[in-house]
Amino acid sequence: MSYKMLDGNTAAAEALKLGRVKVIASYPITPQTVIPETLSEMVESGDLDAQYVRVESEHSALSVVTCAAMAGVRASTATASNGLALMHEVVGMTSGNRVPVVMPVVNRGIAAPWSLWCEHVDTMCERDMGWLQFYCQNVQEVLDLTLIAFRVSEDARVLLPTMVCLDGFFLSHSMQKVTMPEQEKVDQFIGEYKNKNVYLDPTDPMFLSDLTGNEEYTEMRYQQKLALDASVTVLEEAFKEFEKEFGRKYELVEGYMTQDADVVLVALGSMCGTAQYVVNQMRKEGKKVGLLKVTVFRPFPAEYIRKLVGSASVVGVFDRSAGLGGDGGPVFYEICSALRNQPTQVYHYVGGIGGRDVRVETIEMIYDELLAIKAGETTQHTEWIDLKEDALELREVIKNV
Amino acid sequence: MYEIKHQSRGLVSHGTTACAGCGLELIMRKVMDVVGEDTIIVIPPGCSALFSGFGKETNLKIAGVQMNLENTAACCSGIRAALDAQGNTHTTVLGFAGDGGTLDIGLQALSGAFERGDRIMYICYDNEAYMNTGIQGSSATPYGASTTTTPGGKRQPKKDLMMIAMAHHIPYAATASLQNLNDLKKKIEKAKNAQGPSLLHIHTPCPTGWRFHSSLSIELARAAVRTGSWILYEYENGKITINSKPKELQPLETYIGKQGRFRHLSQEQRDAMEKEIKENFYAYTSMLERMNVPVETV
Amino acid sequence: MQKQQENAMKTTKKYKVLGPVATQFGAATTGNWRLERPDVDFSRCTKCRTCERNCPTNVIEIKKDQEECVVINFDYCKGCGVCTNVCPQQCINLIEERR
Repeated sequence: MSYKMLDGNTAAAEALKLGRVKVIASYPITPQTVIPETLSEMVESGDLDAQYVRVESEHSALSVVTCAAMAGVRASTATASNGLALMHEVVGMTSGNRVPVVMPVVNRGIAAPWSLWCEHVDTMCERDMGWLQFYCQNVQEVLDLTLIAFRVSEDARVLLPTMVCLDGFFLSHSMQKVTMPEQEKVDQFIGEYKNKNVYLDPTDPMFLSDLTGNEEYTEMRYQQKLALDASVTVLEEAFKEFEKEFGRKYELVEGYMTQDADVVLVALGSMCGTAQYVVNQMRKEGKKVGLLKVTVFRPFPAEYIRKLVGSASVVGVFDRSAGLGGDGGPVFYEICSALRNQPTQVYHYVGGIGGRDVRVETIEMIYDELLAIKAGETTQHTEWIDLKEDALELREVIKNV
Repeated sequence: MYEIKHQSRGLVSHGTTACAGCGLELIMRKVMDVVGEDTIIVIPPGCSALFSGFGKETNLKIAGVQMNLENTAACCSGIRAALDAQGNTHTTVLGFAGDGGTLDIGLQALSGAFERGDRIMYICYDNEAYMNTGIQGSSATPYGASTTTTPGGKRQPKKDLMMIAMAHHIPYAATASLQNLNDLKKKIEKAKNAQGPSLLHIHTPCPTGWRFHSSLSIELARAAVRTGSWILYEYENGKITINSKPKELQPLETYIGKQGRFRHLSQEQRDAMEKEIKENFYAYTSMLERMNVPVETV
Repeated sequence: MQKQQENAMKTTKKYKVLGPVATQFGAATTGNWRLERPDVDFSRCTKCRTCERNCPTNVIEIKKDQEECVVINFDYCKGCGVCTNVCPQQCINLIEERR
């Protein structure tokens, strides 16, 4: 067993190295900059045999990577926040053209207001574009889920790109002990990159991504839907084999003490670690709480949610993004949809945005409120759970009168 | 590989939906004649996208992809990196974009690819407006030309693509025209063989957008060169060669007179324009001849 | 060209693919667009190939050993008239398309 102390960024870079990517597009954005820097050192030293393309914007970064993958090699880039927003147009090209690219995304808010810190809005904005999305709880998961992403994306039943999401600063800059898988085992698990479906090869020419009329567009979109449906099976297979080879178990959704829970909280990302700690503490106090940790957000595992929620009659959903203008946030809608034929009460929480830490106290407040709702003691629901009271009092200006 | 539904001479099918008399169509055929089938082409949305095709059918017999309007050069860089990673140094990577997709929205990606020195062949067919979307002005629309977004005539001069390319010290850049197909062919060959990024900026007469009878495409390409409205020159490893330096420039009317997009200009405006173009031709070509831009090598 | 023809002669199999891609090399019948068609005075043609080289649709073929030496593929000719304009002998004219 070999171990390394890595933060989320270096773990992502190590995973891309283990995945033997051959083309890297590099553009810096906080808090992801350590990823292109680490990859640059690996390429310079010869540790990683890859073409390192220092691009001039994130839009070009994903363009380079998508076309490199079309032309026959494993290619990758990493981004965050506004960088992902800038890439948005190309995000549709990668997915629509069925190009299996794996891209770590360090979750950070999107301006305005300018924030450098953790929020899920950046990847949530991309959720309908046909990529798979994984949310990592800890640094080991960043490494492992990136490797699993290669395996699943490149499977002929899927052929869709994956975003591996890790919380900005909380994971990207958090040093943790990581078990390093052996290169030979990774090679075995992922296999070689092969041209499948459509590709760019002068000896076997075809013209990719040409104009499509309305007599075929719906069906092509449906092909992607079918692939996302099929990816659930492929994920299960990959998780099973990963456990067998590397000893660590992953699930699309993990039910942490949910079997007999009265109330359940649904959460994504690093806050799940905090939430598991709170569940443990509250269980000691006799409170029957549970956590549904969603690892695979796309394809959304509705069936798994329904099974794991079980008998819990009150469910809270923690969105780490504001979901402005909606009757809730992205994760909330998914859960409501999954549970729409059940009498479960679902409550929405927004918190941890713009880098605000999701602390033990925050999770405790949510569970206490959900338990009180379940006991009929209150109908109060604090949607923006970590909101300070002076929201409208933040700024004053001096003017001439 | 392609199911061949249509026999053609060359790698471009005969029944393309380019307008009758389209300069781009002729350019595409000449380029394909030179680059051949060991090529991967990147085409953005625009007039050249007609060649990508629709649905099951394409008009090009080579491997290619239609990407976005901004990123032709970046996509070429990606393909080149992938080919290099596989040890393939013989396949040509060709970007084929219009003036809008090069000088406006595509400029950032172009600059990036040129600065990195990626070995891509970039062709800008310049029909001097966003033609495919219905004749809207671009930064390459010449001064005084009418488009739907510059209806009274464009008030700004044409952006200089060659200067931008030369500022990146790429090994080869050249302007070209349909008026001399041998010159064009030689330049395509040189661009293809450059050991780094190459640029061809090709003047592309457009009957629909410039509003002239479709038979006049070649005549107007020639008139543009002979009146000094389109300057033919090459930049090769830092050295500049002016390909066409007429002792006397023809009257501007032989070029703009037959084009509807200049019809609104008064005689006074035409005279001023002719004076300016003639003076600029001599000043500009003299400056080019004095430039000796070093090419950086690592 | 040769490589593709070689490939065409080997045994082939069809596979289903997903996503937007053009897999057929085809053409539109642009000959239907014509309102006028080029008419050549063969007696004055010097077979210089200027029309052939400048035709945007590449539908002109010069056959030196024929009396009707300028062969135009009217399935695709759009009637643009570039050939009439570039011919050094001015021996091609646009005439009204017969229907």
